[in-house]
Amino acid sequence: MTTLPSPAARPRPAPPPVRRSRRSWRGWGFLGPFVAVFALVFLAPIAYSVYLSLFRDRLIGGNTFVGLDNYRQALGDEQFWAALGRVSLFLAVQVPVMLGIALLVALALDSGRLYGRDFFRVSIFLPYAVPAVVATLMWGFMYGTRFGLVGDINDALGVSLPDPLSPDLVLASIGNIVTWEFVGYNMLIFYAALRVVPHSLYEAAQIDGAGQLRVITAVKLPAIRGALVIATIFSVIGSFQLFNEPSILQPLAPNAVTTDFTPNSYTYALSFNGQQHNYSATVAIVMGLITMVIAYVVQLRGMRKGV
Amino acid sequence: MPPPAATVFDRSPAAPSGGAGPAPRLRAPRHRYSADRPRRSVLLTVLTGLVLLYSLVPLIWLVLGATKTQQGLSRSFGLWFDGDFALWDNIGQTFTYDDGVFTRWLLNTVLYVGLGAGGATVLAVLGGYALAKFDFPGRRAVFAVVIGAVAVPGTALAVPTFLMFSRMGLTNTPWAVIVPSLISPFGLYLMWVFATEAVPAELMEAARIDGAGEVRTFLTVALPLLAPGIVTVLLFTMVATWNNYFLPLVMLKDPDWYPLTLGLNSWNAQAATAGGEAVFHLVVTGSLITVLPLIAAFLLLQKYWRSGLAAGSVKE
Repeated sequence: MTTLPSPAARPRPAPPPVRRSRRSWRGWGFLGPFVAVFALVFLAPIAYSVYLSLFRDRLIGGNTFVGLDNYRQALGDEQFWAALGRVSLFLAVQVPVMLGIALLVALALDSGRLYGRDFFRVSIFLPYAVPAVVATLMWGFMYGTRFGLVGDINDALGVSLPDPLSPDLVLASIGNIVTWEFVGYNMLIFYAALRVVPHSLYEAAQIDGAGQLRVITAVKLPAIRGALVIATIFSVIGSFQLFNEPSILQPLAPNAVTTDFTPNSYTYALSFNGQQHNYSATVAIVMGLITMVIAYVVQLRGMRKGV
Repeated sequence: MPPPAATVFDRSPAAPSGGAGPAPRLRAPRHRYSADRPRRSVLLTVLTGLVLLYSLVPLIWLVLGATKTQQGLSRSFGLWFDGDFALWDNIGQTFTYDDGVFTRWLLNTVLYVGLGAGGATVLAVLGGYALAKFDFPGRRAVFAVVIGAVAVPGTALAVPTFLMFSRMGLTNTPWAVIVPSLISPFGLYLMWVFATEAVPAELMEAARIDGAGEVRTFLTVALPLLAPGIVTVLLFTMVATWNNYFLPLVMLKDPDWYPLTLGLNSWNAQAATAGGEAVFHLVVTGSLITVLPLIAAFLLLQKYWRSGLAAGSVKE
């Protein structure tokens, strides 16, 4: 990368120190366009959905202010809680599996003990470039017990594997698709973080007689804690937003994937099939708040752990 | 889907391509393992190979599937060729089926990616440069709000954005897909971190003393230094827009404006509708055509992302 000398030592999550003594409005000339579009596509919709969530369309009286009634309804909405439960289960199983595999691969790459490391790194990352639609269609075809790979295996081995698209297994099947899409991406984040760990740390640990496993747990993992936390937060947000994969699988598994399968599917169905825009906005806000709280907790816990 | 990459350039002193460290070093005989010159392990390679297989088998299935007729897809083994080699025929059919609507979807996607990802990159570069190199009123507030926005689920915004856009008469037009794609909080963050290190304040001062205005300083001094960061942001915003499904699904009704992702999904779903023709061989071939440009971009631009995309908060 760049080899130019730089006054800034390292980037950090807090705003960087002021570099120019003169405060002026000139920077706004460069930042202005971003902020204007940001206000239009981020801030305005958030404000608008808060507004929507306080009203309700009634047959008599039209659009009326109902205060927090929509929120009260959401808190007692079994469909919503069932959907939230489903993505929570998904999160509890899929995220650790995916991040675990990604971390193991990153450690293997970083150990320098692999043959053909660059080939591994690029190939395992490739699924990230595949659209969720294509990934889901592909796996959907392969899951088929009649025509798909699962069917082929059944025929070839004379076994009868359970249908991956049955109601019992469909969540696991979706988990597999998401894992396939993002293992390589997370691996790359971990691997890049591992590359920055100074080698002198490993050497010091070795001189102290630490084995490889000990080097990993005592030196490498604490050193990449930031990357682990960030990847976990993104995965939590991704799990709570789950929509594409179940939505695309629906024609293949109409009995297993309902329209209220995830909170996002539910929000979408409320808005576009049910025309309940106000209530839909409320559910979206509740979901956004839950996501932010959990992301925040992960961050607090992650930063406290270890050193 | 998780938001696009938390990416930052790795400026690690270790050479990214070499397994060996910077300086030759005597191996300590008591330790089997050395950070600089580890022994290659067959067992570890085989174990990692399992993950490699997992990653590549579906892609191999896709390539093989694109060579099969619709009957071939169901009668042949998924991971080998069918008797009939129909790849060229499938590609021809994909582009001509239903009056060549696939071509239209492809051009739509190129339009959305060109304006959406291109615009997002421009806004992120300008904004990141401003945050890194200028001090101005409201700078801290902007920083806090944008970083907070990263945690807001993108799909939660889609429905209210749709309602807003529909009042503005923008839904069912390309703008409904392009405008929301223009914001990449992470692109902004990446460019801010990158510009902080890549553009020395002294160079900017020197340009100003020479009488260059802000725009000229940016174009002639900063822009060339920011190039590697720009390519990375562009690559990841391209993936995000090329692969976008939820936003166009919400915004577009008219199949003429569909991007490839929505179009493929509609071809797949039409088999399940009454009277709909099953065109699974075209879904598979179309999927392959959709995937190839991005895979090619990632392979060709490897040197930009390979040596160092890391989470933005890795280095504290």
